[in-house]
Amino acid sequence: MLRQQNIIRLGVIMAIISWLVTLGSMYLTRFAQIHSGPMETYQFFSKVFLVIFIISIYLFYRNTTGNQGGFNITDLLWRVFVTGMVATIVSLTSNFLLNLLRNNELSNNPYFIDTIYHINTGLITTFLIATFSVWKRLILYQKTKWLVRFWNIFEYGLLGSAFIFFINTQLLTTPWIIGMSLLTLLGLVLGVNLKWVAYLNFKQKWKSILLILLIGLYIGYFFIILNRYGDNNAIIPTFNVLSLGIIGELFIFTFGYCVYSILVILFNLPTTSVFEQKLVEVVNFQKLSQSRNTGQNEEQVFYTLLDSSVSVTLANAAWLDIMNEQGQPMQTLYRQITSQERKEVLKCIEKSGMKPIQSSVPARHGKQNRFVAELRHDSFKSIVVIPLFIQDQYVASIALLKDVNEGFSREMIEIIRTFINQASISIENHRLLMEAIVNERYKEELKIAKRVQEGLMPKALHTNCDLEISTFSKAAAEVGGDYFDTYKISDECLAIIVGDVSGKGTSAAFHMSQMKGIFHSLVQLNLPIHEFIIKANNALSECLDRTSFITIAYFIIDSEKKTFRFSRAGHCPTLYYSSQENQVKFLEDNGLGLGILRDRQFDSYVEVNEISYQTGDILVLYTDGITEAKNSKNEEFGYERLKWLLEEKANLEAHDIKEAIVQGLYDFCGSHVIDDDVTLLIIKVK
Amino acid sequence: MVEIKNHLENDIFTIFVIGEVDASSSIYLDESISEATKKHKKIMVNCQQLEYISSAGLGVFMSYINDLEDKGISLVIYGLSDKVKHVFQILGLDQLLKITVSEDEAKRMVNGIQV
Repeated sequence: MLRQQNIIRLGVIMAIISWLVTLGSMYLTRFAQIHSGPMETYQFFSKVFLVIFIISIYLFYRNTTGNQGGFNITDLLWRVFVTGMVATIVSLTSNFLLNLLRNNELSNNPYFIDTIYHINTGLITTFLIATFSVWKRLILYQKTKWLVRFWNIFEYGLLGSAFIFFINTQLLTTPWIIGMSLLTLLGLVLGVNLKWVAYLNFKQKWKSILLILLIGLYIGYFFIILNRYGDNNAIIPTFNVLSLGIIGELFIFTFGYCVYSILVILFNLPTTSVFEQKLVEVVNFQKLSQSRNTGQNEEQVFYTLLDSSVSVTLANAAWLDIMNEQGQPMQTLYRQITSQERKEVLKCIEKSGMKPIQSSVPARHGKQNRFVAELRHDSFKSIVVIPLFIQDQYVASIALLKDVNEGFSREMIEIIRTFINQASISIENHRLLMEAIVNERYKEELKIAKRVQEGLMPKALHTNCDLEISTFSKAAAEVGGDYFDTYKISDECLAIIVGDVSGKGTSAAFHMSQMKGIFHSLVQLNLPIHEFIIKANNALSECLDRTSFITIAYFIIDSEKKTFRFSRAGHCPTLYYSSQENQVKFLEDNGLGLGILRDRQFDSYVEVNEISYQTGDILVLYTDGITEAKNSKNEEFGYERLKWLLEEKANLEAHDIKEAIVQGLYDFCGSHVIDDDVTLLIIKVK
Repeated sequence: MVEIKNHLENDIFTIFVIGEVDASSSIYLDESISEATKKHKKIMVNCQQLEYISSAGLGVFMSYINDLEDKGISLVIYGLSDKVKHVFQILGLDQLLKITVSEDEAKRMVNGIQV
């Protein structure tokens, strides 16, 4: 395949050469004619090269005329017009020259006349083919399969007609006439494809009419000029290009299309504004859609909506009420109207006894959700009010005004509706985005809180030589209200605490951190358990909110005396395995949660107990997250299951007991999520 | 989810707590008791249909203990299931609140008749 650039070059070179050869052949024919020699061969040559010339020009324009994806119609017309102008100027100049030299010998010189004629035909042919190529572009402006097929038939037919003379030089035979007539008819039928006209705006249409009119005039003028040369018998009849079928066809087709175009453009002029209006709608719609992507804020979207609605309905004035969350007007945007005039309009509506605007809009769906009315106002005669809803919330209403009666057609209202829908989506998206950003920030904050709380949990548990301790703790949310800690009071005494704050989540986590502070403050004082509990209650009474309390189980393990001393402040009863009795039981002593009684009354509810331990004894401290954990049948894990598990696993090491209980718990719950904080401490005497 | 109903008979105001009282629904229980303590001196809380109460729910009952004493209001909780009663007991609330089984008994208690 030849590259396009090469085809264009080849076309130009071929055109020049063939034009020159044709001219040479003409001279030779003329020479033969004057000297009565045989001229058929020269005539034949001149015709062959004329056809080559035509085809070269055709190839040139075929590859240069608006091949790019987008092209400007008036630019194309302008190019044809300029080509025509050049041809006309040359033609007029040559005619003028002939007239000027009328009495000169030169004007009677057949070679000179042949030259002038040949220059004219060259330019006119070029112009016709240029016009043809542009018309082709315009006809195929919106292609369909069948249109392209018919066009190809026409184009190849036309090219074919250039070669006809090879077969038969006698032109006026019946098949030839029929063929040419059919081709002409096909050209004229194809000429009705004038869709491009609709895409011109008003100004472009006028410009196009002018250009096409002038192109038409050129064509007419050229036809007359060529005819005159033929009639005058100044040239040898076989050189008359009009005798070539293709030239005649080109004249008819290009001129015909000129006439069509001018008529269609003229008739289209009055409806141009409608088409332009539609274009404005599309552009506005796009603007509203884009505002969704560019993350404009609500007010900007409202402004775009207001401006778009005004421009598509050609309203004289407009306002837009932005509502607050209660659906009451909060802010008004004005366009070509003052707040004073707005009040007047509202008063007009009230006076005329119509339903006020507000009461006619709340229903989101249904036909009544708009308000159209005629006004008795000096400047405005009609009004339309349409509300804007986002997720069934009344967010805004737009009012458009016109200075004529019945100024708003149903189409206009429908278009504003689509605009409003688009604006709703934009605003909704904007709100969702804002919400997402806020949520993201909360999440980040919670992550920080989680890290802080993880820092509050003991990193390493204190222990003594008698004990092995294993723990498990898991918050239901990012942060939780469970707490456990240990503290080595002396070489012999180890304090252990497990606590649970009422409620869940962040509030519980705050109280949990207070508990930690209190534990570490008090435990260092080496207080008797009784006093520890009372002081902790006093301290928490000042810290906790009205409905919060904390339950704790507090143990002091004395490795010298081999005792557990403990107190339960409303906490889940500790599970105790006695190796001597080989028995598991709950240590259900009395007690009251911390913060429940916030005065001295509390003191009397504190109870401290003591157990002597032996090797193999086990304490299981836990929070109600374990006993209240539910499975999909809504059954609780309960105290009994915990007891059974310990009975079964009592001979294992602390770590393995913990693993077994945690496993047992998760096996029980299955797919059901544990929605409370879970804490488990296993303390086993070595 | 919790459903709370009220019923006033003679001078006894009864609050029916139905369903589950968790951290979020405990607010309704709080509101309802708060309203009742403003207007009535004799309050019964019917927990026959209370299936579950979380620590936040217990916190609500707990927060009125001092209030009841100060204002001389008699509040009796009755009809607790074993499971729910156990929750009250573990926390020690059974030592501070008047809790009983049957409605009749609750009525006697709210009227100040010792059983």
